[in-house]
Amino acid sequence: MKYDIVIGLEVHLQLNTKTKIFCGCSTTFGNSPNSQTCPVCLGFPGVLPVFNKGVLDLSLRSALALGCTVSKFIKFDRKNYFYPDLPKNFQISQYDLPLAKDGLLEIDVEDGSRKRIRIRRVHMEEDAGKLVHEKEASLVDFNRCGTPLLEIVSEPDINSPEEAYRYLTALKEILRYLEVSDCNMEEGSLRCDANISLKPKGSEELGTKAEVKNVNSFKAVRGALSYEVQRQEELLSNSERVVQETRLWDPDKEVTVSMRSKEEAHDYRYFPEPDLVPFVITDKTIQEVRSALPELPQAKRARFIKEIGLSEYDAGVITSEKEMADYFEGCIKLYDKPKVVANWLMGDFTAALKEKGLESISQCEMDPADFIGMLKMIDDGSISGKMAKSILAEAIQEGKAPKDLVSAKGLTQISDKPQLEDLVGKAMEENGEVVEEYRRGKKGAIAYLVGQVMQKTKGKANPKLVNEILRKKLEG
Amino acid sequence: MGIIKKKDVLYVASLARIKLADGQIEGFTGQLDSILDYIKQLDEVDTESVQPTSHVLPMVNVFRKDDVKPSLPQEKVLENAPGKEGYFFKVPKVIDGAEK
Ligand SMILES: [Zn+2]
Repeated sequence: MKYDIVIGLEVHLQLNTKTKIFCGCSTTFGNSPNSQTCPVCLGFPGVLPVFNKGVLDLSLRSALALGCTVSKFIKFDRKNYFYPDLPKNFQISQYDLPLAKDGLLEIDVEDGSRKRIRIRRVHMEEDAGKLVHEKEASLVDFNRCGTPLLEIVSEPDINSPEEAYRYLTALKEILRYLEVSDCNMEEGSLRCDANISLKPKGSEELGTKAEVKNVNSFKAVRGALSYEVQRQEELLSNSERVVQETRLWDPDKEVTVSMRSKEEAHDYRYFPEPDLVPFVITDKTIQEVRSALPELPQAKRARFIKEIGLSEYDAGVITSEKEMADYFEGCIKLYDKPKVVANWLMGDFTAALKEKGLESISQCEMDPADFIGMLKMIDDGSISGKMAKSILAEAIQEGKAPKDLVSAKGLTQISDKPQLEDLVGKAMEENGEVVEEYRRGKKGAIAYLVGQVMQKTKGKANPKLVNEILRKKLEG
Repeated sequence: MGIIKKKDVLYVASLARIKLADGQIEGFTGQLDSILDYIKQLDEVDTESVQPTSHVLPMVNVFRKDDVKPSLPQEKVLENAPGKEGYFFKVPKVIDGAEK
């Protein structure tokens, strides 16, 4: 029997505010355990949480960019459960009046068409602490506890592991453009849980789903889901039952394993958080946030194709990171050859960034003016394209301006016509036989003469110009 | 006979991580029942045109600015902890090994 795959994704995003959602503790990653905690985020009795305005701002940006309808009236609720990473024994989250609902995210699917994945809801909540498990005990660090999270829940509109991968990629692209989060899955600033079930092809009724956790890269999400498809297909084909459970991805063995915990049904007993008053979001606020949204990747891509004339592929690569797209736009303001700029950025420039271990072009010291200065030196013949490649690599590696490297190394090509004419004349004088050969019809002899001029200039003569001048003199 | 059964009391106790002695269960069953009975009086009020209250204070939009405030010194944080290791709180091992 053939099956349809039904996947829904729950993404938790750490918002990059300076402080936690309900207290003034810093959210900086990687500091000494429990150094960023206070009575509020440690859940001491009698303390009062106060909502961070920055969290609402970033959340609104995200919700609106995802095409959601923002609620005019929102509140926070307590989600009650016991776990050592949660000092209050409840998590402040949003239950029945979330920040936003009914969004859309468009993805490119494998057949080249576009597909819309509906977003069910977007809500704000606090992160829990971090546990380190030892042999005999578990250790708790509450630095992360209270870090603002945005939970983005998709509808089960995703129908293959590859689509799940593309949904996450598209979502991350948008969120990075919005500058609301680092979206770093390895550091945990973006986390993803996946629900997956199978149903007989065309059937309306949903099958029993498994929830997959512990995936720490987009590729791992795709891998874990592919494994689940295979596992559930096998069970169903053998008339066995899929158990509703949480399964953990084991990246080494590339399998999912049942958590085998006592799967008692969760009973979170949500109720309104009495320590926080509700929030009213006016149309005016929504309008302000909406009008301040940056151009999003899809719109930028379309504009680069239509107005700037990039190919679909080039536009896709250049716009996949906002920093790169911004850099590209900075360049083409100074230089009217977008295709040339795109090729350099995607090729040698990206390679040089990687070589230096930079994650983004914005970390590189070379600004668009320096870079375009170098491209113009190629155009006016001061340096060759080949020289430019090694200059660019060195400039990025050393954090120097290309033009300084060129002059420091005396790399500038000799493109001065009178000087080259002089040199060509000398070369012809010294090699009378070769000149004769050429004039008798052995046109290949010109290469030898070019070589002579190059030797005289230690390779710095502009070969194109030398060729031109030689040809003129030989024919003339 | 009330609506609260022995199994309900045991369930609520397990959610709250409270261990009840056999003798206590019956007592709580009756008490919870009478509390529910008392609250039930609210059913008589016509709330058709009343907005659900999510907070008792007539206030909205209480914010703080995203400015860092000093945290507690680590020694203070751990001062009353029953168990610690370095700057970590130390708790009995969490068996299912899964993070939320
Ligand atoms: Zn705090």
